[in-house]
This record gives sequence, structure tokens and C-alpha cells, in this order.
Amino acid sequence: HIATSLPLPSEGDHLRPRIDLIVFMIDIKSKYSLKNVETSLAYVDASFFLGKVCFLVTGVGRMNACNIDTSAVCKLGEAYCSPVLFCELELEGVRVATAQRLLRMLQICAGHIPGVSALSLVSLMRKSDDD
Amino acid sequence: NVDPQKTAFVLRKAWTLYSVTPLYRFRRGRLRDYARLLGAFIAAEKQKGLAVEVGVELDIKVALSSLADLRGSEQDQAALLVQLSSRSQASSRSSEDKLVWSGWFCSVYGEDLSENVPEDFTCLPLFLTHGAESYTSMVGSWFQKTFDCCFRRLAISPLNLSWMVAMWAGCKLDRATSAVELVFSVPRLSQPLDISYAIHPEDAQALWDTVQKTPEEITQEEVDVFMDCLYAHFHRHFKIRLSAAKLVKVSTAVASAHCDGIVKILHSQYLPGVLMLLTELAISQIQ
Repeated sequence: HIATSLPLPSEGDHLRPRIDLIVFMIDIKSKYSLKNVETSLAYVDASFFLGKVCFLVTGVGRMNACNIDTSAVCKLGEAYCSPVLFCELELEGVRVATAQRLLRMLQICAGHIPGVSALSLVSLMRKSDDD
Repeated sequence: NVDPQKTAFVLRKAWTLYSVTPLYRFRRGRLRDYARLLGAFIAAEKQKGLAVEVGVELDIKVALSSLADLRGSEQDQAALLVQLSSRSQASSRSSEDKLVWSGWFCSVYGEDLSENVPEDFTCLPLFLTHGAESYTSMVGSWFQKTFDCCFRRLAISPLNLSWMVAMWAGCKLDRATSAVELVFSVPRLSQPLDISYAIHPEDAQALWDTVQKTPEEITQEEVDVFMDCLYAHFHRHFKIRLSAAKLVKVSTAVASAHCDGIVKILHSQYLPGVLMLLTELAISQIQ
């Protein structure tokens, strides 16, 4: 499911399946996309921040068009205890790899991978970031 | 402390920016030799027909000079100015020399680069050119071959343009003569759309004064607040979100800058500050 901002319209509430993973997409070229994500975060229940939220920064292949402070995005990830992924959607290889990575995260968040929980995945990712 | 006469040539010209990696075995004492060698190189290139100048066959004279005034600290190398003048063969009077191209290398507070570079390397990371692209490429090729350095066009991101407009709009000038202007291009439309947003210089200065907490210091947060105010004002009136558009050019009474790496400096008082910022951008592109 794709939404341009949160909260989701309440009309669809009763039909909506369980949400396992929220990916907030930030376009490095658009300051507005970062602002939008920051406002939308307020509508997310705290329980999601135990490994079911991830920030995806797109457009990093063109740093010359960068309009956001990437260190601010990393701080956002730290503040919300959620991983920040960087990718370039215009490059097919990176696009496919990123999609596969998100799919893997989704499988874990949905409980389809025995022995790995969303929370353990997030602490694993955070450990490797610090290294 | 900067002699305005020596630096007058910098003002009110559109300079194209490049970053340059350190020059290997560059000797200040050999400027006359270098000028001669570069002149011979250009003449040879023209013979090969690589510089297509339709019309009069022009004799190109090269002059290289050092500008001790154009630097930040004593750690910086003095700037290096390259000038190409033409003398029409039809006329024998030496006063017919016409400046056709100029370029200069400089470093203003570029210690970040020069501190970490081995001996025998000269750091002049910022290169500014004015004149035909064909001459720029010939001069660039000669320097690359002679000093084993690498030139790259210096692009300026919207993030850096925002810094520039916030900094320069806040500069105190005797008379704020021109408006603060931001030009945006709107992506993904069938026909490209450019939006020009002009602000009265006193209003921009007043806004920056309320945002900046410590004089002489600027933080990313302050730049963000300044820009957000401008975006919010525009959205209130026109319902257009400039924060989703691409900032391509900023203009103030101090200087103007375009994302393709073209700047024009209008005020000698703020020349060192502008060059310091551009040096920083050049260094971060090199590293």
C-alpha cells in the first residue's frame, strides 16, 4: 500500500489488513519530502518503532541535486530507533537490490522467518552501523 | 588588507567554477617558462584545427602571474592568474592586445586540503574561468599534462545554494541595491517551468537577523529556518510548494550563483567570504 502522507484515511480502516512494515521514503532532491515524513511520523503508533519502521532515502546517485542535510536524516533514524537505507532508484541494479532487502525485512516483520524478530533485526542492523 | 585594484578584475564577471586536484612540482619561479610553454601548446592545438575560430587568425599571447592578495591565510598558496590575449596579425601596434580569456587558481582557507598533502604538491583547489570554452579546455589540458592534476566542473547543490542565499542575504551593505532572488525549476512537467521568487533585500536581511543567533556563525538549522520561512510565505500566497522544486539559482547584492557552477561576485567587501565558501566546496568535491 502506498500513501503520500499520514494519517491514512479513516474510511478504509475496517478493510485494511495488518501493517507489518512502514517505509518512509525521502527524496534527496526534495526538502518537502523530508518535512512530509517528519509530520507523518507523529501519526505512527509507538509500537511500530520496535523494528517495523524504516527510512529509505532515494536519489543518492545525484548528490549534486541534494537539497536535504543527510546528517539530519541519520539523526532522525537514531531518534526513532529505525534504520536508514540509502538508494538510487534510477539504477536498476540498486533498485532491485533495495527491493529485495525491503522484502526480506518485511518477511521478518511479518513473522515469516522463524527465529528472527523485527526487534532483533533492528538491533543487528544498528550494531553493524556502529562498527 | 586586500588591495581593491588588484582584485577588481574578479568583480561583475560570470566565472565558471572547477575543482582542481593538487599540482605536482609546480614552481612559482618558472611562471615565464610556463607561459611560453602554454602559448606554444595553444598554437599547436590551433594548428591541429582543434580550436575552431572562424575569421581572423589570432596570435595568442599567454601571461601567468601570482596574486599574493588573493588568499585567506599565510598557509594558502597565492592565487595564480592565467590570461590569454590576442593580437590580430593584421595590426602591428602592440596596444591591440585584447584579453580573450582569463582563468585563475586560488585557495582561501584551504588548510583542510593542504595540510594532508605530501611535499612537492601545490594546493590551489578552486579554478575560475571567463571566456570561450575552447580556451578553457586547452589551458586545462596543458595543466593536466604538465602538473598531473585533474579538473572537474564544480556543481552547486540546492543545499549549498540555500547556504549561499542565507549568508549573502544577511550581509550588511551600505545600500541594498538589488532584490534577493531565488530561481526554481519544476521537475517532471511536459514543459519546463521556472519560478522566480524575488524578495526585497531589507525584508530578507530582517528575516535573517531574527533567525541568526550568533553573529559570525551560521548553522544548518538557521539556514533551514530561513528557507522554510520563504517557502511558507510563497505557499501561503500561491499554494505552490517550492520545497519540492529544484533551486537552480540564487542572486543577492553580494553575489549570485547557479547550480551549474557559475558565480558572479558583485561586492569586493565580501570577496574573501565568497571565495572561502567556494574553496570549501571545491575541496569537498576533490575529497
